[in-house]
Amino acid sequence: MVKENKVLKLAGYVVLGVFAFCAIAPILYIISNSFMDPGEVQDAIGKCRFHIIPDSFTLIQYYEVFLRKPEFLLRFWNSIILTVPIILGQIVVSLLGAYAFGKIEFPYKNKIFFMFILLMMMPYQVTLVPVYIMLKKMNLVETYASVILPNVFSTFGVFLLTQFVKSIPDEQCQAAKVDGANHIKILLKVIVPQCKGAIASLAILCFIDNWNMIEQPLILLSDKEQPMSTFLSQINQTSPGLAFVSGVLFILPAILIFLKGEKALLEGVQHLDIK
Amino acid sequence: MEGIEIVKYSKRESVNGYIFAAPSLVGFLLFFGIPFIISLFYCFTKGAGDIEYVGFQNFIDLFNNSSFQLAVKNTVLFNLVSVPLVMVISLLITLVLNSSLKGGSFFRMTLTLPLVIPVASVVLLWQITFAQTGFLNQVLVKLGVSGPDYLNTKLSFVILVLLYIWKNCGYNMIIFLAGLHNIPKEYYEAAAIDGCSKVGIFFKITVPLLLPTMFFVFIISIINSLRVYREAYLLLGQYPDSSVYMLQHFMNNNFTNLNYQRLSTASVIVFVSIAVVLGLLFKLQKKYEV
Repeated sequence: MVKENKVLKLAGYVVLGVFAFCAIAPILYIISNSFMDPGEVQDAIGKCRFHIIPDSFTLIQYYEVFLRKPEFLLRFWNSIILTVPIILGQIVVSLLGAYAFGKIEFPYKNKIFFMFILLMMMPYQVTLVPVYIMLKKMNLVETYASVILPNVFSTFGVFLLTQFVKSIPDEQCQAAKVDGANHIKILLKVIVPQCKGAIASLAILCFIDNWNMIEQPLILLSDKEQPMSTFLSQINQTSPGLAFVSGVLFILPAILIFLKGEKALLEGVQHLDIK
Repeated sequence: MEGIEIVKYSKRESVNGYIFAAPSLVGFLLFFGIPFIISLFYCFTKGAGDIEYVGFQNFIDLFNNSSFQLAVKNTVLFNLVSVPLVMVISLLITLVLNSSLKGGSFFRMTLTLPLVIPVASVVLLWQITFAQTGFLNQVLVKLGVSGPDYLNTKLSFVILVLLYIWKNCGYNMIIFLAGLHNIPKEYYEAAAIDGCSKVGIFFKITVPLLLPTMFFVFIISIINSLRVYREAYLLLGQYPDSSVYMLQHFMNNNFTNLNYQRLSTASVIVFVSIAVVLGLLFKLQKKYEV
């Protein structure tokens, strides 16, 4: 029995080890390649060699990206210019919406909320045509706003925060009301302080989604406004060495946010349950 | 939704509700509701300047369009293959992770990492691995087998499934872990006292009590599988092998010629089909109280 347990445990470690390796290998690969000499990278890729330990450790590719080829950094800024306003905007819009759907009774509330959920589950391509029609009418195509605006109003945020707001006891809002607080006060003094974790969850999930955006920029933005996510797929083939450095720069914020907010991320995903 | 509503709304509260919901509601109408109605209108017309009513002609044309047929077939096939696979694999990992091994939190963190890693930055490794003279084929050659150029053959379907699993396993694992956590420990203790085997415990306690979580994972996996265009585009470009030509490719590629009618018809069909499938699934869930 004891022996059997040991075998099972070992098998468990093997399974976890294999999957953990698969999960982490691509990241180690691009990090190690970013510290190689461009010639070395080119050579390994040309021969499709899985080359992971640098022959000589060098920062030359970083030097190229930071000082010689500023277009790489520009793409990075494009990603930030697109992502940060979306996250901030979505938090504000979603908080207001979540308070309405979670704590106020009004006609057609459930029907509207149902429509929100339905839209949230659709692939981007379904909404791309309607969004494009509207942006064209507003003369916003090929501006940053064409990507930012529709994403600020993504119904996902409202749904996620409503799940959290609903779990706050009604009595607390009632008590505040008895004390003479209006809705804005209740939202700011009762709801928001208890939703800090939820807001962090939304910010992280929203970041993950928008930092990686592909569909919208491809169709809505011109070449010079493209973010890192679409740009990387172009330079992956032509200049892999610089793509590794850009890839590391691009991953870095994602990993830092993940390390800082892993708990919030887990909580957010667990609250996505649609009932 | 909840049967007959007998709630009486206070007028003031209703106004307040709409005020707070306004930003999200206006956004919803502006970027989806209103333009969706406009695209509904496009579905039944043709021509750019002189718009002409054509009935269901656009729908008939679309259903007879061979690339649309291919796209529908591939999308359905991709869901049928990838969703069960990712569910089984992520459940297996979660069970192992949950069996009180050392280093659980390290493994959990590592395994959720792909969720946050931008696919754009790691896709090069996949391309190198599966190229004609790539890493995988070099290993195969040493074993005396010569492999194909994976990314330009039907095998790109398999590789896309793998990439989907790589990306989404962590997501499902997080949900499964929470589900397992919610099963009371006493049940397991009682079963162990009754002399139930490990396999028996799994099928008699874990599976039935985990069903609601499985349903949740199922839905999320479908949603994510419908979004696999991102990974497909990054891995295989805009014009991939026909085995991975999905509905999303069909729609994105039709944007280049801006055929509003065809695009609108396709989005309406996709929207309605997904809504119907999800609606049926939720009905089933309610019926069996999963």
